[in-house]
Amino acid sequence: MSATDFEALLREALAPVEPPADMALRLESTLVSLTELAQEELDAWELSAMRDPRNWVRPALAAVVGVSAGTALVVLRVRARHRVRKQRSSNPVELVERTFEDAAEEARRIFRRR
Amino acid sequence: MSDKPPSSKADIDARFSELYKTHLRDVYSYSYYRVGNHHDAEDLTEQTFLQAYRHFERALREANGRPLRPWLIRIAHNLAANFYRDRSRKPESGIEDAGMISAPHTTESLVEGREQLKAILDGVQQLPDDRREALIMRFALGMDNREIARALGRTDGATKVLLHRAIRQLEGMVSEPVADSGGAER
Repeated sequence: MSATDFEALLREALAPVEPPADMALRLESTLVSLTELAQEELDAWELSAMRDPRNWVRPALAAVVGVSAGTALVVLRVRARHRVRKQRSSNPVELVERTFEDAAEEARRIFRRR
Repeated sequence: MSDKPPSSKADIDARFSELYKTHLRDVYSYSYYRVGNHHDAEDLTEQTFLQAYRHFERALREANGRPLRPWLIRIAHNLAANFYRDRSRKPESGIEDAGMISAPHTTESLVEGREQLKAILDGVQQLPDDRREALIMRFALGMDNREIARALGRTDGATKVLLHRAIRQLEGMVSEPVADSGGAER
């Protein structure tokens, strides 16, 4: 067998492997963990801290980014739109709701593409 | 990916998103051939991107416009090394069905071809770590010598020699049983 033939076989044997579909499901479940973590974080906060919307985004992100790279991707996109959500929200609770909706929509968008 | 330095956090995030989409399959393929099963490959892939995100801004600055794939694969490489150290084990001897070997076949030649591919995969797993890694990067990910050199922290020349020796060693391992038995049996 020539060197070229062997390399062709090697290329065939080591064909790229697509990530399995259930990896997307795992990312989805990680996202659920993210929202739960964020919710727990919010529940634990004092009301005074809640008055400033800037206070809740950072700790939630810190918890989330530690979970997985897939989740990080969702978080990145959600965080990028934080200013817009903040402008549209009349109070911190509404901001929280908008952020969760945004995160869920972003996750759905990512999973649809895969 | 843009060569310009990132101008804002949003820009960094957008670029990371692009890196993730572009190289998810590369990182997954590399992880799969390193650890030999889908379950651990998924863990390794997720951990790789998480770590990449943590250091992405600095990597962008230091890359100076060069491709980030070698950096990403180097992260996976280091994590895989930790993976074995932490679990005190070596890569699995065989690779799980990657969809290719167990696919239905109809002719004898196809069966023989698949046995040959399986022998090659088994041989890859038996190679020394650095040779195995170089082959995965070249043939599964399609990386050139320079990219592999960056990922492995070697010179271009040393990488070329490494690849050459890896191919020759593997070829010897795969062809030996054929010569001994006069057939495709190992």
